[in-house]
Amino acid sequence: MTAETSSGTDADLRAGVIAVQGNVSEHAAAIKRAAFENGFSVIVEQIRQAGVVPNCDLLLLPGGESTTISRLLKREGIDAEIKQHVAAGKPILATCAGLIVSSSDAKDDRVTTLDILDVTVDRNAFGRQKDSFEAPLSIDGIDDPETPFPAVFIRAPLIDAIGDDVSVLAWWDENPVAVRQGPVLATSFHPELTPDDRLHRLAFFAEEIITDSPVHPETDV
Amino acid sequence: MATETDLSELKRGTELIKRGFAKMQKGGVIMDVVTKEQARVAEDTGAVAVMALEAVPADIRKRGGVARMPDPTNVVEIIDEVSIPVMGKARIGHHTEAQILESLGVDMIDESEVLTPADDEYHIEKTSFTSPFVCGARNLPEALRRINEGAAMIRTKGEAGTGDVNQAVYHQRTMMNQIRTIEGLNYQEREKWAREHGAPRDLVHEAAEMGRLPVVNFAAGGIATPADAALMMHHGCDGIFVGSGIFGAEDPEKMGSAIVEAVNNWDDPDALAEIATGVGKGMKGQSNDSIPEEERLQGRGV
Repeated sequence: MTAETSSGTDADLRAGVIAVQGNVSEHAAAIKRAAFENGFSVIVEQIRQAGVVPNCDLLLLPGGESTTISRLLKREGIDAEIKQHVAAGKPILATCAGLIVSSSDAKDDRVTTLDILDVTVDRNAFGRQKDSFEAPLSIDGIDDPETPFPAVFIRAPLIDAIGDDVSVLAWWDENPVAVRQGPVLATSFHPELTPDDRLHRLAFFAEEIITDSPVHPETDV
Repeated sequence: MATETDLSELKRGTELIKRGFAKMQKGGVIMDVVTKEQARVAEDTGAVAVMALEAVPADIRKRGGVARMPDPTNVVEIIDEVSIPVMGKARIGHHTEAQILESLGVDMIDESEVLTPADDEYHIEKTSFTSPFVCGARNLPEALRRINEGAAMIRTKGEAGTGDVNQAVYHQRTMMNQIRTIEGLNYQEREKWAREHGAPRDLVHEAAEMGRLPVVNFAAGGIATPADAALMMHHGCDGIFVGSGIFGAEDPEKMGSAIVEAVNNWDDPDALAEIATGVGKGMKGQSNDSIPEEERLQGRGV
């Protein structure tokens, strides 16, 4: 892939941050940095209504409250668009509440999940806010793997079962906390809260993502 | 296979975690609740969190007397009832009420002017807590003083329990205006501004460089309708607290859902028209200018 587009003036990539509720601006800043470091220019859309997702090459589903996010995704009709995005093989990074919303089952009828990631989760299983923590994490596939990733867990969900097609990229206390299934990368922690954007780069710019699912088909020729 | 990480390096209650929690509330509506039944309604209508208190501000105004932290029995019932975060109100300067709320498992503590202040001179030293705090403010120096004491989130004070959005608008406009002012000042001028306004100088520089408050900033105090909530988003708030406006409304469920949806669609008048249709009457309320100065809550704890 090159950083040039056929039109020359447009950005190489259009990134969509699902913005119905949650930690949106930090993800928007992180994807801009990650794209820049990988030689891409990017336009970032904050998505609160239907009709924008289909134009996006990649998506970010931030943390927030999974009950609120799932309710608004459904009301606005964004839920079906995200499923189509993933079915087309286009990448998405889902964090914390985003992981819950992406899962096949959150074991809670207050949350309607998108079922784009074959895991079941326990919401807030790491405890209440006073149990929230930060810790250095080792993550498979990130750049400079010897340097631990500063992971921030806030009322984090626990992944308690994973499907055969899901690979685990990071563990915490014998629990999977970063997983990948095809174009979907999901974490129970918040990679957007620190300036370290290695996880955003892994989600969208790792070699196999670009070759397996071209994010920008017209530049691939 | 990813390697195991060293569990001994875990940290809790850091500034990053406290402010991070507040950031997860962005774009959301936090609703005042008195009982677990109200908490259930709030969660079902799409609230990002509930605020537990012993009576909603409009009722505190009516009944008078001393307003204190909520009964721990109620707090525990509310925590058990809902899966969303539960916040609780403590009196200004009441270190011990805050400690009790933290011990009960409350996710964020609101050191609130709506309750009767326990200390006329000092706020709680919030940096010593593991739990994050939210505090009210009417302007930028007040907000920065609270952040300096450890607040991880700021909300406008507005004039609670009135159903009149007038003061929330005034406080938010003041905050934005002052941020624009310090953005335009050079280093020396910002130092002088900080001295003259009794604002912590490091935070004045930080806010000026960021062009916003260094923590999440919500609107609160008098928001009673979907249009009020959308107006506060229009004025640049990160999210909304609704106090008496939900359970003082004719139909709390409809009002709750409509306010949640209005915050997401704050810049789309057609969507707002649809959302605001058929929600029933809002709380009756009391206009801000009919309240004598000594009965206003916003002057507490500056």
